[in-house]
Amino acid sequence: MSMNTQGRPTGVGTVGTGASGSALIPDEPLLFEIGDTEHSGVDLPDVTLSNDRLGGFGRKTKLDLAGLTEPEAMRHYVRLSRMNHSIDSGMYPLGSCTMKHNPRLNEKMARLPGFSDIHPLQPVSTVQGALEMMNQLSHWLLTLTNTAAVALSPKAGAHGELLGMMAIKSAQEARGQAHRNVVLVPDSAHGTNPATAAFLGYLVKSVPAREDGTVDVEAVKSALSPDVAAIMLTNPNTCGLFEPQVIEIAKAVHDAGAFFYCDGANFNAIMGVVRPGDLGIDAMHINLHKTFSTPHGGGGPGAGPVVLSEALAPFAPVPFVRKGANGLEMVEHMEGDALGRVTAFHGQMGMYVRALTYMLSHGGDGLAQAAEDAVLNANYIKARLQHIFSVPFPDYPTMHEALFDDSFLKETGVSTLDFAKALIDEGFHPMTMYFPLVVHGAMLIEPTESESKQTLDRFCDVMAELATDAIAGNKQRFTAAPTKAPRRRLDETRAARQPVLKWEKPADLPQAAE
Amino acid sequence: MRYLPHSAHERADMLSVIGAADIDALFSAVPKSALKSFDLGLPAHQPEFLVEAHMRALAGKNHAAGDGPFFVGAGAYRHHVPATVDHLIQRSEWLTAYTPYQPEISQGTLQMLFEFQTQVAKITGMDVANASLYDGSTGTAEAVLMARRLTRKNKIVLSGGLHPHYRDVVKSYLKDDPDLVCLSPSPEGQGDILQQIDGNTAAIVIQTPDFYGHLRDLKSAAEAAHAQGALLIVVVTEVVSLGLLEAPGALGADIVVAEGQSIGNALNFGGPYLGLMATRKEFIRQMPGRLCGETVDADGNRGFVLTLSTREQHIRREKATSNICTNSGLCALAFSIHMGLLGEAGFVRLARLNHFNAIKLADALEGVPGVEVLNKTFFNEMTMRTPQPAASLVERLARRGILAGVPVSRLLPADRSVDNLIILAATELTTDADIAALAAALTEELA
Repeated sequence: MSMNTQGRPTGVGTVGTGASGSALIPDEPLLFEIGDTEHSGVDLPDVTLSNDRLGGFGRKTKLDLAGLTEPEAMRHYVRLSRMNHSIDSGMYPLGSCTMKHNPRLNEKMARLPGFSDIHPLQPVSTVQGALEMMNQLSHWLLTLTNTAAVALSPKAGAHGELLGMMAIKSAQEARGQAHRNVVLVPDSAHGTNPATAAFLGYLVKSVPAREDGTVDVEAVKSALSPDVAAIMLTNPNTCGLFEPQVIEIAKAVHDAGAFFYCDGANFNAIMGVVRPGDLGIDAMHINLHKTFSTPHGGGGPGAGPVVLSEALAPFAPVPFVRKGANGLEMVEHMEGDALGRVTAFHGQMGMYVRALTYMLSHGGDGLAQAAEDAVLNANYIKARLQHIFSVPFPDYPTMHEALFDDSFLKETGVSTLDFAKALIDEGFHPMTMYFPLVVHGAMLIEPTESESKQTLDRFCDVMAELATDAIAGNKQRFTAAPTKAPRRRLDETRAARQPVLKWEKPADLPQAAE
Repeated sequence: MRYLPHSAHERADMLSVIGAADIDALFSAVPKSALKSFDLGLPAHQPEFLVEAHMRALAGKNHAAGDGPFFVGAGAYRHHVPATVDHLIQRSEWLTAYTPYQPEISQGTLQMLFEFQTQVAKITGMDVANASLYDGSTGTAEAVLMARRLTRKNKIVLSGGLHPHYRDVVKSYLKDDPDLVCLSPSPEGQGDILQQIDGNTAAIVIQTPDFYGHLRDLKSAAEAAHAQGALLIVVVTEVVSLGLLEAPGALGADIVVAEGQSIGNALNFGGPYLGLMATRKEFIRQMPGRLCGETVDADGNRGFVLTLSTREQHIRREKATSNICTNSGLCALAFSIHMGLLGEAGFVRLARLNHFNAIKLADALEGVPGVEVLNKTFFNEMTMRTPQPAASLVERLARRGILAGVPVSRLLPADRSVDNLIILAATELTTDADIAALAAALTEELA
């Protein structure tokens, strides 16, 4: 049982992410401080080139790459790994990120040579199983969303957004509506939404949220004009609420000649329970690395297939799979309205395999149950903590994430960040902080369906105990946190002011002035 | 259901704590017409062994590269990945970690990214590299946009040797842009890009080894570009070549974009792959993607953080340098481990072995009656002209169990002049027996 700074037990039997000072938490030098240019962990024949074909473009400068033998490399990367928190070692209550369990069957299937050792440009006749797999994944995505078409190729959610908005732009041009240069984005949107719209040259016009955290159809109507190309709306939204007027909003948007782009980052809350196509969306990306359990990998790779309505289907990019006379075909070139290509080759095949494996494991029934459990878990956290943490939008049940604000920290001298860092000392990853922007000191908690009741209870106990301690005036515990992680708080200002972005040999650095 | 921890009893308990009559009460904001108003018709959940059987059956319908002689390249390459790499990247702490926004408990990922950035900077000969992008093709589009921001000029010229998919991605990103000039495909390695540079040019984009395998002269290109205030963007789709070819940074490149798949990452039918991007120090604030930097913690210990994030969408929203959020973290890890295992000695040996095998392949192809190898220079890839249309020839060879390369017509179907061209690659995995089998089969098919 861990102790707080006054020696009182924190009461919940947590194991710190990093019991600092333990021999099990290593400090590891850099690869370049261990290895050198002579060591290598790969045995390769050393051939002599008597007559090269490099045309004089051969390398003259040194690479200066450090190498490690295999045992050294194994230890370096194992030791480094132990400085990471991970979903396998503890809960990630990160709102908006859907850090759910990553089944290992997915990994095993993705490594079958029939999936991992095939080339994107080998003859299509030799990869019929891969095309069939893509077709099956498409079928699941189309069925779960009730939409007309899907573009699998985007590399991540933001890339999918880009593709979806490109399709909307093309569709508006095809309708003779190229002058439409405004995209409506609610204040609560993910940062990628306005970034994507701006990327395509659109002016971003924000739509204010209502007091209850949802978007008002009347506000959308008054923002709509002949210049609006689309609305980008997240549903369930980033406050964790289902937009109750979403059908009316979709109708108003369509009546005004605009399209409805739905940010599908939060699809985990409704998969198998609500089909976005029934709500009137025209395009929505699906983060396979959130909703369908492909691993986050420390920041990617993701995968962001986009489903499209009938109206946008003709504007889908290449490539896509279709049935032909001799089996399945990969359509790689299109004339006319199609967008062209948003990536080389066919997208994140390795992620498709993992996602389909997950879908088959869960089945349609299991996906719906997972969505319901995700919503149940978030509401359970909200119910257990709402007597201490204020809920900015209490009017609706929350969906898959519980949103609190930091008003309970007023007068304590403890910031939301301090509070979140104190969670680290209790063995939990911090929740999402200061997002969505529409709530002051937002704390957004998404447990996902993967957490047991026991873990949720422990998390709620820790949260409550921390809040009580902050209110009681034990500021030091929070401002000093974390103290049990592999590192204390890092100086981010220094990192940005004097950027050091790669290792340099100490001898190569200019001597510091005395 | 094996992934869901709650029992029915626990679900009921939790609902009573919440004060909800049933689960549907929690979905009360959903319009009635849309809530569970359908039968999905999808199969029900299945035990692990049945799912595995299903997926194995699909995988079994594909001809894996390891099943026979294999010469397919054109932007994705089959190399050996040491067992250590795949073991390490499947460790929970790497595989199931989130983006390292909380540096105190993400030092493993962050230090790895710092090492990765250093490795990429070293092999490209540039000052700084980012923590990866999606892949080489999207990286090229990002580099083009970056060059426009840096120069405040608009004209972009893409070399005819640029991978056609990369060209198409840039075209999608810059849809209908009058200032985008795409030069005609140049299978013979001819270059006319230097004449295109003018005072309005933001950047020229040159791939080397190019799509057809030819090595391009970067030094003259850099000089010509710089004379007009334009930037040179160098694209490398086969990153192993940097073990043997001069670093683009040493030849005057301003931005280098590479596809890093060859090191540490399997073919995976095209993804996930790994975009590398490196540039000059003075350009970092216009660089897209995450950057990891060194700093110290409250106790003065060295540590690492994501930095300069004021360029990024989650801070800048519509004013960000790009909309990118995710990168290719796990692929970058695989790259970094493999590169760490190779080291300078291994990386150079690997590159030399690739070139060595490619020379053998070129010699064998030259010996097949009717076949002409177009390349005077190459690294591990070359283009051959055959007397017959390439697509059907490659198909016939595939039926013999030989994956003989990429017919150029697959990527440039509208260009009849490339109908008889095939691009072939050799790597360290190519054996003498593979080459002999290809040459014999080609000779028979062309007889």
